[in-house]
Amino acid sequence: MLALPSAAAPAPRRQMLVGTAVGCVAAGSLIGAMLALWMRFRTDALHSARALWIPKGIKVPMVPANTMLLAFIPICVFSQWAVYAARRDARSHTAMALGLVGIIGLAILNAQAFIYERMKLAINTKAATGFNTMFYALTGTFVLLVIIGIGFSAITAFRYLGGRTTDREIVSAHALYWYFISAVFFALWFVVYVTK
Amino acid sequence: MTTIDTHATGAATSSDVRLSSVADWLTTTDHKRIGRMFIAVSLVALLGAVVVAALLGIDRIDAQAAMLDINSIPQLFALYRVALTFIVLVPLLLGIAVAVVPLQLGARSLTFPRLAAAGFWTWFVGSVLVVYSIAANGGPGGGNSRFVGLFLVGHIVLLLGLAAAVGSLTTTLLTARAPGMNMRRVPLFSWSVLVAALGLLLVLPAVIGALIYNYVDYRYGRVAFGGNQAINNWIGFGFSQPATFVYAVPVFGFLAEVIAVTSGRRMPMRGIVFTGIGLVGITAALGAVLQQPADLSRNISHMSFGRWISDVLPYAMFNLLPILGGFIVIALGALALRGGRPRLIAPLVFGLLGALMVFVGILASAIYYVGDAQLAGTVFEEGTWLYIVYGAVLSALGAITYWGPKLWGRVIPDKLALPLAALGFIATVLASLPYLIAGFAKQPANASEFDYSGPQSLWNGLAAAGHVLMFVTVVAFIGLAARSFTKGVHAGDDPWDAHTLEWATSSPAPYANFVDVHSVASAEPLLDLKPRRDR
Repeated sequence: MLALPSAAAPAPRRQMLVGTAVGCVAAGSLIGAMLALWMRFRTDALHSARALWIPKGIKVPMVPANTMLLAFIPICVFSQWAVYAARRDARSHTAMALGLVGIIGLAILNAQAFIYERMKLAINTKAATGFNTMFYALTGTFVLLVIIGIGFSAITAFRYLGGRTTDREIVSAHALYWYFISAVFFALWFVVYVTK
Repeated sequence: MTTIDTHATGAATSSDVRLSSVADWLTTTDHKRIGRMFIAVSLVALLGAVVVAALLGIDRIDAQAAMLDINSIPQLFALYRVALTFIVLVPLLLGIAVAVVPLQLGARSLTFPRLAAAGFWTWFVGSVLVVYSIAANGGPGGGNSRFVGLFLVGHIVLLLGLAAAVGSLTTTLLTARAPGMNMRRVPLFSWSVLVAALGLLLVLPAVIGALIYNYVDYRYGRVAFGGNQAINNWIGFGFSQPATFVYAVPVFGFLAEVIAVTSGRRMPMRGIVFTGIGLVGITAALGAVLQQPADLSRNISHMSFGRWISDVLPYAMFNLLPILGGFIVIALGALALRGGRPRLIAPLVFGLLGALMVFVGILASAIYYVGDAQLAGTVFEEGTWLYIVYGAVLSALGAITYWGPKLWGRVIPDKLALPLAALGFIATVLASLPYLIAGFAKQPANASEFDYSGPQSLWNGLAAAGHVLMFVTVVAFIGLAARSFTKGVHAGDDPWDAHTLEWATSSPAPYANFVDVHSVASAEPLLDLKPRRDR
């Protein structure tokens, strides 16, 4: 065996943060592809003979959608607060910030459920258009990403409260994930709720 | 009495050991085992997919007398395309990468090894669901709506598994390199894996997005996506060109790596080789994801400047740049072979022939997208795809021959492997080239009943023979590999006189890969330590 020079074990290279970034790239491609298909179907539907995209009688409620958009501002602030507090070993502040992120995440899920309830968008009727199924598919995928985010907040909080207070990288990765989800919802809000 | 007691205890212990060994494999987080599981399952799946391909080929010999049930033809075509792409091509190359890349990087393990293991099992379950759903009259064009839905779900699960393993591999490449190994010093194969992994991270989720829409629409409304007959229209981009170029990118990395080793010198103009590999992968990934129409359907000489930009530029970017990238790697490889004293070993022959086949596929794809050639909707596209898939399989067999000693500790004898490389090459050409010719004769794609003037039986018969030969090649290779890796000659630590870190540890590599963490000061750390030859 050839003797290569030995070295000290390398310092950790932010594997959690890079891994989260890699996951965000993949999820970004997923949502990007779905939004692109949405826009294509919308354009085709509006240029067809029926010129109908949103079925008659269906109104997309803007108030809960705008509330969700606004809710992402405190999510970004609180997730960054968690990073700030973790760097200063402020355990209670970190836990509180992570908890708030999780709670607002749950509130976003509630708002999405409220939108479903208000729209009463049936997908198995003759009046249904592509909008019906695509709306549920797209927003359902977004809901899944938010649920993953809430799980991420819970795991980060448990690890941190469980005593792994030196593991600050996961808190940064957690913040990165929520920034990404905020960007995703901004795109979704503009395409699905504003331009419809 | 004592004898009886000892015998009973011995039997129980042996059974326990066997059970424990099975449990070890099922729950392993060792990247070498995960990689070998990917390789083993995809090789077995390859046999099944080639049988389906041969049956479809035989059915097309006589275009009027149908051997297979006409109603099952769309499902069989779907199985053939999905299986060869996502149950064979991608996981086979991914398995080799999972097994080899951490060793090449000098890492002790994959980053997030449990994610990679979960990825394997998710992919495995998804593959079973896809095959089962088609067998139960589901899949594209299927008559049983429950199993059409199951096909879509299985396909999503399969792709999620592949994406998970790719995510683990990408993070390893970005964060777990040995001290001193900056991006310029990453081995050529690992670089090609990084390029392919980044491409896969863009392409696979896009296919998953289309599948989610299709599933929800099929399950509940069936108003937008055309039901079971139109599934391939929405997800077909995932198993056609240019997406397949992305999957095949590691072929070029393996070629460059094995050429440098067999010629006993450093790869000339390494940075340019990196660029070539990157050109193939990134332009193809963008082409697949952006879905920009990249065909030349108008007469170029009468185009306005604006039209020229909007038509020729996407065509050149997504069809000609991959050709340039492949050409750069092959040309610099030829330069390295010419300047050194290459040894004719089986991995080199497999790698060279495989890369050439993939390159021909990329060239043919550029012709396919020239509108004046009028090849859209013909079997020309299938021929192009087969060049890439079978070429990549040939290259993968070469990679198994090359890295087998490091993974199993024993070598496949060159004398027996070399004829298989030649056989695989003949099989690839026979399976693919006739479809390119039949494409010009306007033989329709994915159809078993058609008519055109010309020797249609000859072309389809040759293609079927190609698939049969490929089956023989793969069976023979699996048999040879199984025999060599269990009873063959023990390999030394560095049987190929190679350059990169994986050959600095024992064969087979231990659980944590290396006893010490190594520091590297060049792209070929082992070559630096060897007596100087002509480099």
